Amino acid sequence: MRSNDTIKESESLRGAVREVVCIVCPNGCRIECTPGRDGYTFAGNKCKRGAEYAKAELTRPMRTLTSSVLTVFPDAPVVSVRTNGEIEKATIPDVLKELKRVTVDRRIQIGDIVIENVCGTGVNIVCTTDRLVNPY
Amino acid sequence: MVPMTRYDVAVIGAGPAGLAAALAADKEGASVLLIEREARLGGILKQCIHDGFGLVRFGEKLSGPEYAERFISQLPGSGVAVSTLSFVSGIERVGESCYITLITREGIKRVQTHSLVLATGCRERTSRQIGVHGHHCAGVFTAGSAQYYTNILGKLPTRRCVILGSGDIGLIMARRLTLEGAEVVGVYEAKPTPSGLTRNISQCLNDFDIPLHTSKTVTRVFGDQRLAAVEISDVDERMRPIPGTETIVECDALILSVGLIPENELAETLHVPIDPKTKGAIVDENNHSLIDGVFACGNALHVNDLVDYVSESGETAGRAAAKRPVTERDLAGIACNSSLLYVVPQRVDKNAANAERTFYFRSSCDMDDATLTVLKDGQTLHTKYYAHLRPPEMEHLRLTLTIDALDGSSPLLFHLEGTKHAQ
Repeated sequence: MRSNDTIKESESLRGAVREVVCIVCPNGCRIECTPGRDGYTFAGNKCKRGAEYAKAELTRPMRTLTSSVLTVFPDAPVVSVRTNGEIEKATIPDVLKELKRVTVDRRIQIGDIVIENVCGTGVNIVCTTDRLVNPY
Repeated sequence: MVPMTRYDVAVIGAGPAGLAAALAADKEGASVLLIEREARLGGILKQCIHDGFGLVRFGEKLSGPEYAERFISQLPGSGVAVSTLSFVSGIERVGESCYITLITREGIKRVQTHSLVLATGCRERTSRQIGVHGHHCAGVFTAGSAQYYTNILGKLPTRRCVILGSGDIGLIMARRLTLEGAEVVGVYEAKPTPSGLTRNISQCLNDFDIPLHTSKTVTRVFGDQRLAAVEISDVDERMRPIPGTETIVECDALILSVGLIPENELAETLHVPIDPKTKGAIVDENNHSLIDGVFACGNALHVNDLVDYVSESGETAGRAAAKRPVTERDLAGIACNSSLLYVVPQRVDKNAANAERTFYFRSSCDMDDATLTVLKDGQTLHTKYYAHLRPPEMEHLRLTLTIDALDGSSPLLFHLEGTKHAQ
């Protein structure tokens, strides 16, 4: 049984060598990342994209965040939203706090901006549903 | 007198499969009625607000509602007639026609069609179907119900929960509930390997330090009015709980992601033969069932992991359903041995030899350096190499079969060989 805890423990025992499971394509390469003087060296990745992904994961992991925000409309008490680009994984808790502060009071549609430049990331929070405007 | 309306094609279910089927049949010039039980179109996509949909089809990572909208927005410019809040209460096949009885806001309606496309999706396996015992109390949800509460109603169904099953919806909900402020104690999986896609294990669990416990299951639930705790047990290699390994985990919800089963209630009333492996209709390469004029697609046919393939399957069914008159079929069998969970389609039409066909399949276990072999009477017709195969990740094979390959009565056999993962 490999729980997350045991994986972390084995990583720390091997020093700073870390394993990243690549999610760029279905191959799911297990990439061994060894830190060196000129950054990481990667082993186990079948293509260049794997190394790029592993490097980003270890230095500045990026994510698209999807969530929902409250509205004033009883027929749709929440609408789904997302970042219209990737944000740093570390900023997710701050962005979530911003989402909790918002209540949508206009019948917005897909692509409409809910929060501009959220938490200074340069990325907007946009609406991802037409449930407020489309009878379907 | 109940009014009768005629259409060339009726599509039941307006999720991704039904939407694609209706639009494809319309493009072929058929008159089409799209029937939906709910008030809004899009099926399960409406509540799947996470992204990652449409990577194959649109080259973009869309959310579920955005993906659905790409199809819904084409409806006003098409000839497709849409009937929402309409429940199919009966279907009869008489001669070359299907007669559908619909319950709608305007009362009971009757519809006559030449072709019927079943795009009824799938259902989640419930706690009763996996033998979770204990108290009857609130707080046991399927992952889809928890998703509906959270993403459609805007109500958080739990403060601290256990997720049983590592299917994709369970993993997605682990992240979703965490983002909304709930505590996910852990995801428990009875099998030795996770059921969900690798990307979801990584981005839904690892990102939020949610532990995944394999070879463990929930054996009992406790609670008076509301769930208070669950009992977790280790399981052996045959997934039987091991006595003496029980631990108690306090939680107010148990969320189940323990499998999806194609919805075939309507198919069964039409006596459509069902494949025990997929639990969906047996179909040919046009998603045409063994009953002439009745088609099945999407998750009603077999449970897919990517919506892109659901749309593709709907289009295949819709295009073929629009074709009149129906040409006589001469079906050859497609079979697989235990190295595959299933292969779809299960039949091919000998009259359409030399056409390229797509076969969808899942391996029965994790495999590296796998070779898929297609055999006829022990002779190899085709081989294809796959670096990795995992049962949760559907694969496909495009194959052109000659008249000779389809000749005779023995089926084509799909067989996989590779290095199995040590577990």
